[in-house]
Amino acid sequence: MHDLNTYLFVAAILFSLGVFGVMTRRNGIAVLMGVELILNAANINFVAFSRFGGMNMDGHVFALLVIVLAAAEAAVALAIVINIYNNMNTINVDEASALKE
Amino acid sequence: MMDNIFINYSLFILFLPLGAFLVQILIGKRLPRQGDWVSIGAIVITLILAIAMFVAMLLDYDPNFKQEASFTWIDMGAFSISLGFLVDNITVIMLLVVALISTCTHIFSLEYLKGDVRYSRYYAYLGLFTFSMNGIVLANNLVSMYMSWELVGVSSFLLIGHWFEKDTAADASKKAFLTNRVGDIGFFIGIMLIYTAVGSFAFGDIFEGVAAGMISGTTLTFAGVGLFLGAMGKSSQFPLHIWLPDAMEGPTPVSALMHAATMVAAGVYLSVRIFPILTPDALLFVAYIGGFTAIFAATIAITQNDIKKVLAYSTVSQLGYMILAVGTGVYTAAFFHLLTHAMFKANLFYGSGSVIHSMHHALHEKHDHDTDPQDMRNMGGFKDKMPVTYWSMLLSTLAIAGVPLFSGFLSKDAILAGTLSFAQHHPEHFLLPIFGFGAAAITAFYMFRMMFLTFHGEPQMPELMDDIHESPKEMTGPLILLGGLSVFVWYTLPYFNPISSHGWFTDLVVPKDAVVPGNLTAHEIEEGAHHAHYLAMGLSIGVAVLGIGLSILMYLKKVFSAETWGSRAGFMYDWSLNKYYFDENYNKYLYQPTLRLANKIAWIDWELYDKYFINGFGRVTDWASRVTGKFDFDAIDQTLVDGTAKLASGLGAIFKKVQTGKLQNYVLYVTAGVIVLMIIQSF
Repeated sequence: MHDLNTYLFVAAILFSLGVFGVMTRRNGIAVLMGVELILNAANINFVAFSRFGGMNMDGHVFALLVIVLAAAEAAVALAIVINIYNNMNTINVDEASALKE
Repeated sequence: MMDNIFINYSLFILFLPLGAFLVQILIGKRLPRQGDWVSIGAIVITLILAIAMFVAMLLDYDPNFKQEASFTWIDMGAFSISLGFLVDNITVIMLLVVALISTCTHIFSLEYLKGDVRYSRYYAYLGLFTFSMNGIVLANNLVSMYMSWELVGVSSFLLIGHWFEKDTAADASKKAFLTNRVGDIGFFIGIMLIYTAVGSFAFGDIFEGVAAGMISGTTLTFAGVGLFLGAMGKSSQFPLHIWLPDAMEGPTPVSALMHAATMVAAGVYLSVRIFPILTPDALLFVAYIGGFTAIFAATIAITQNDIKKVLAYSTVSQLGYMILAVGTGVYTAAFFHLLTHAMFKANLFYGSGSVIHSMHHALHEKHDHDTDPQDMRNMGGFKDKMPVTYWSMLLSTLAIAGVPLFSGFLSKDAILAGTLSFAQHHPEHFLLPIFGFGAAAITAFYMFRMMFLTFHGEPQMPELMDDIHESPKEMTGPLILLGGLSVFVWYTLPYFNPISSHGWFTDLVVPKDAVVPGNLTAHEIEEGAHHAHYLAMGLSIGVAVLGIGLSILMYLKKVFSAETWGSRAGFMYDWSLNKYYFDENYNKYLYQPTLRLANKIAWIDWELYDKYFINGFGRVTDWASRVTGKFDFDAIDQTLVDGTAKLASGLGAIFKKVQTGKLQNYVLYVTAGVIVLMIIQSF
């Protein structure tokens, strides 16, 4: 159980679930949750490579950076979602297609 | 270079009249008195400067006096043209003549042209003429002389055509201009021949070049004759003499200034300047042209009834004399005659102007607008009515007739002596002295005929006599001055010998050797003329007395009737009266064939060239442009240009479908793209 592949396996499942969520959810909040899953899959990878791959503390630092980045991203993205809701009275991402042409 | 006083004065003399011209032509009409005081002020200053130069020349008393100044006008490597002044004794004398006669004309015109429609323009043109004439006189090279030469032609054209409302005046001005052009072509060819050989336009360089043999033989003869052709045109020599009598359509003061004293003398002046490069053959040509013109014009003058026509043909004849003198080698005598002739002939024209002015006035009072005020058959008996005009004209008539004590005697005598000596050396050219003496006799005859018809005898129109008055002092002033200058003494000072021309002129204008190798030296010519002097003097007094006597018998005493002798002379009388039908024959054999030829060529040009070639070319171009236009529209515009645009918009329409605006589609594309890349990577 205590080897690299286990962690990578978990991270890959997590990443796939995130991508699946981003691609299939109609709800904007759910899409953002999918993005969080993708970011955390990456975090697991960083930490795993830090522990087993000889990256030492670099992986930790990157993981912390990603957490901060995810917080900033969530703040901006939620602001966008609120604005979409204010303008269009929905948070369905399919409806927000005014830029297509 | 320009610090010389003579050159400085020359600059002012040249450009003051030009300044007056510019002022007059631009604002003359708006000035008080139409600006005549501008022109007169300028010309009087010019006269004062000319007199100052003349006095300086007399004080200097150096026959070899010469000042030259020039600057480069055009410089293109091997080809460069310099313009400049040449001031020697001949120039100074000529400048004085031009300034004096021009001043007289300006003053005379005050009265003569009073109230004229184009008064200020008239004075403007007089200024232009004086500028151009001074340009000829001062030129030290053929180019500036040629430019001034043409400017003189233009001013002549403008002044002859001053009253251009009259068809005759307009025609005369055109005729003068075009006839001069014929001579000027020769002049131009001569200049080019000399430039090609010598490589310079300046007189000094040309003389050196000819002396060094850079141009000689037939080429030099042709060059000399070419230059002389210009002189023939300007000086109205046979067969280009036809314009001068017609030029009398201009105002009479203009005739005095240009067509008696200065402009027509330009040809003689040119001949005097280029004398050193004329070959014996060219000189012979010059002599025969001059001699023939002298006697030919004199025979026409006998029968003319228009007072100005008599004077016009007399001028042609006297110019022939000068040319004859150049041809026989005594070119200083030619210049001497130019000087004396300028004075007495200008005076005769002023006198005739005075008479015409008076006649015009008298006819105007009688409301008679059909009688010709210039016809001598309407005059007669004016002697007591116009005493100043009469006596002044009499002095000049005595001078032109070659009576001792008068200026014309001295200069004519010098010419005839030269001619006689030439014929003694070359007996085969015996015709030349016959021309000379014959013309002298006829001149004396017709000049006194003019005087008698105008001033003596019974008045032909007695009803006019009450209104014939002496002219005002603006007109009598020049008459008195120039009448006085017809006396010999002004030309022989400081000596006082009425039968010898020895004086300041002969001391200061000394003939120089020709530069053509083999020509007679000035000394040899002088020697010959000196030997022939007394014979020539006796003969010339004889012919003058003969001419005057015949005239007295025929027109004063009426011993012979002019009418009877006229009819007895038969066809000769008709020929002379009709000027040998020159105008008619030129018209018939020269102008009309030329016109017909021109019409033929015009027909070819219009009917064949223009209609078929030019228009055909137009049609071909039109057709070709239609074809290319169609190609441009159909192939380039519609297919290629629009096709590109359609292709772009079609592709755009296809590819825009990818842009769904749905976020998840884009994520799908990205993911699919990453997967594809990973599959490619794994191979």
